[in-house]
Amino acid sequence: MINAVGRDIPDEILKATGKEVFQGIHYRDGYTYKKDGPVTRCVSDNTRSKLVDSIHDALIKCNIKDGMTLGFHHHFREGDYIVNMVMEEVHRLGIKDITICASSLGKAHDPIVPYIEDGTITNIQSSGVRGKIGQAISSGKLKGLAIMRSHGGRVRAIESGETRIDIAFIGAPTCDDYGNCRGIGGKSNCGVLSYALVDGDYADQVVAITDCLVPFPNFPAHISMTKVDYVVVVDAIGNPDKIATGAAKPTTDMRKLMMADYCTQFVVNTPYFKDGFSYQTGVGGASIASTISLAKIMKERNIRMRFGVGGLTKPMCDLLANDQVDCLLDTQDFDLDAVESVKDLKHFRISAGEYANPFNKGAVVNKLDFVILAALEVDINFNCNVVVGSDGEITGAQGGHPDTAAGAKCAIVIVPLLQGRIPAVCTEVTAVTTPGESIDVVVTDYGIAINPKRKDLIDAMRGVDLPFKTIEELRDIAYSMVGEPEKVKFDDKVVGIIESRDGTILDVVRKVKEYTFADN
Amino acid sequence: MMNPEKKRLRRTMMFLNAQKPGLIKDPYIYKPDSIMLDLEDAVAENQKDAARFSLYHALKEINYHGCERVVRINALDTPYWKEDIRCAVAGGCDSIRIPKTERAEDVKLVEEAVAAAEKEFNISQGRTLIMAAIESARGVMKVLEICESSERLFGIALSGGDYTKDLQTRITGTGVELMGARQHMIIAARAAGVQCFDTVYTNLDDMEGFRKEVESIHLMGFDGKSIINPRQISIVHEIFTPTVKDIIFAEKVVKEIDDKKAKGIGVFTVDGKMIDIAFYDGAIRTIYMAKASGVYKGDL
Amino acid sequence: MEIVQPAMAGTLESSDCQVTVEPGNNGIEFNLESVVINQFGNQIKKVVMETLKNMEVSQVKISIVDKGALDCTIKARVEGALFRSVGQFDHLPWGGAVR
Repeated sequence: MINAVGRDIPDEILKATGKEVFQGIHYRDGYTYKKDGPVTRCVSDNTRSKLVDSIHDALIKCNIKDGMTLGFHHHFREGDYIVNMVMEEVHRLGIKDITICASSLGKAHDPIVPYIEDGTITNIQSSGVRGKIGQAISSGKLKGLAIMRSHGGRVRAIESGETRIDIAFIGAPTCDDYGNCRGIGGKSNCGVLSYALVDGDYADQVVAITDCLVPFPNFPAHISMTKVDYVVVVDAIGNPDKIATGAAKPTTDMRKLMMADYCTQFVVNTPYFKDGFSYQTGVGGASIASTISLAKIMKERNIRMRFGVGGLTKPMCDLLANDQVDCLLDTQDFDLDAVESVKDLKHFRISAGEYANPFNKGAVVNKLDFVILAALEVDINFNCNVVVGSDGEITGAQGGHPDTAAGAKCAIVIVPLLQGRIPAVCTEVTAVTTPGESIDVVVTDYGIAINPKRKDLIDAMRGVDLPFKTIEELRDIAYSMVGEPEKVKFDDKVVGIIESRDGTILDVVRKVKEYTFADN
Repeated sequence: MMNPEKKRLRRTMMFLNAQKPGLIKDPYIYKPDSIMLDLEDAVAENQKDAARFSLYHALKEINYHGCERVVRINALDTPYWKEDIRCAVAGGCDSIRIPKTERAEDVKLVEEAVAAAEKEFNISQGRTLIMAAIESARGVMKVLEICESSERLFGIALSGGDYTKDLQTRITGTGVELMGARQHMIIAARAAGVQCFDTVYTNLDDMEGFRKEVESIHLMGFDGKSIINPRQISIVHEIFTPTVKDIIFAEKVVKEIDDKKAKGIGVFTVDGKMIDIAFYDGAIRTIYMAKASGVYKGDL
Repeated sequence: MEIVQPAMAGTLESSDCQVTVEPGNNGIEFNLESVVINQFGNQIKKVVMETLKNMEVSQVKISIVDKGALDCTIKARVEGALFRSVGQFDHLPWGGAVR
């Protein structure tokens, strides 16, 4: 069945998942549902300890069995040890058919690929995957379907009961013996635990894993003891060097600086750029550079930001330090400066649900004026792909991309027109992961395209000295330089689905076919 | 007839290693006035041959969107320069940059090879221009004869690194070591009616120092600067592009002089300044620079 | 042109490709490893075959490791390797066999 972004979703996938096809970003506005609730085991005996000796013991206490769903967060990003440690024990116990429901998975989790191959793990639900897990899924090694869903979409799936987490494992930089978890302090300081809050609220059983046990009470707790069943102390929950790095040096790459400059010039010429505006950006070189140049113009024109959202980095936190923004709403900290900034009274931690869940009674993303995003590919319908590489292999994550794009008044995608020989602006993206109806502007090193449905933005830019082009012109420039790419050849076998934030199906990912030359 | 391209706008001449596909594929997006595809210092000794193929196909197949395409050939004391010229001319480059020029004969040698290549590859005679880089004390002393050596020569460029070595000093950042050469070169270039370009500024971390240097060579009369990174372009263009104020004043001067000349008046005032015919050429040049830089919207 | 000895040109940097040619007696033996093979495999092969034809090479083992090079770079690297193989560095046929 063809969905609202023109993708053909096979009937058997609709049947197997019980899902509908994507029908527009606000298709489920006003939808009513009853929230799911966890099965909770009470702790009232004051002599009962929550401390267990090992992950193995925690699994036994939780009655781990075949077919369970395990929850993980990705606040330790490429420094995470939790997923691998837990899955190693699960594998050792001979457990099969596990579903991993993670807020994201990365290259740090390459070691679990053998568990996919041997059937320990048969389903993966994540914002995205990179590295060898992506290769394994794209080559058809995962028995079930991989489900790629946004940060907001994950909270929706869990709260609505579509996904029930049997056991959530929460890596906690600090934790006391009763399970009060904080993202702050310890050896693996990640600042916040935003993505894990829903696991705490909705998983049947919750295991906190820490490498820094602190005396009770570890307050103010980010995840309360009231939600935690067991506490395990291990030597290390992550590699601090890869959790929060030193702030990236501002880019000196002229191509990125140029795109950042175009982006900033666009932003400041929209009607939304006025006192009290709101803004979110990512961690790419161009995004960071555009935050820096925006801060300069805000100062020159005496314009103040009401709130900034993220995925935070130093340049965003500098806005707070320099009193250019009233407050920051934080779901994740990308560098040590951002972690440090969490101490600021106007730096607020928010949950992934508050941030982006479309099945809330409203989320922060809905109040955004601007979001600056990246993409692997954008097509002439402004559909974006941030998950599937142009070679067909899964190699990225939705993150908050579709959530913020749907919420923000002005969603800007910055992307270099060519990535090597791959045109980033193309006729049709390899997979639709953010629908074009929520993307307003595409900024490239060769010019800027405004979504034609945004006549207001087109009008606002009359007389503005920026290299405006149509999206088709950008594609044509790219194709004239590198040639028109052949379509990647896929098998019929569907290996994953790209879920829209509301749970409908945006696209499917198929197994990649081995390449053969045309004349062979 | 003089090739009209000799006088084109060359505020920024950006070096690019002709052997690096990632660099040569689209430098025009940064809008330098000229790119200098380098076969000389940037290319390792054992890659000289490979660089030519890369250069040839880049010249033939990449649309540089109006950027002048200069090719820096290897020096005349190497075994490479003749084939470099055949390759560059066959590819249809706009100009050849001669490194380490020390005398008029150097330019003449290149001129002969260029003319021969134009003939061999059916390129219209005189299309390919020449510029000479001055990199030694001897070169500086011979600069006027170099400037006047060839009808194809559009300009000279200082190459500060080698020159300061020859002078037994180094690049200090103060400019004191380059004072004599810069002064000598710009005077000779103006005397001969060719353009004059300043040396590269290699410290990319010091954009303020770069700006100061560009301001000073602009005031000295230079036509532009060799650059090594696209980040340097906007600063040079900003300094070399007349300001709105300059343009409005120049416009008034030109119009007033045209008007007063007809009426037989020699001296008069514009915006409170005493003006006579001696201001005319300068004002015309300001308008020309404004036009060439794409900022002039008037009717002159 | 007859391939005299093994030769190589190009690098493994992004947007470049490394081409190796060796004498062969089995026609054109073409081997491609490319980061963009799914999108440009046929185009790369076409450019290589055309370049070999222009150079009148009919017997060669040619291997390419491609890092996303444009057609102009692929041609340049193939020609670079071929002329190295025969040791010709001057009087090259610009605009003739090299085109």
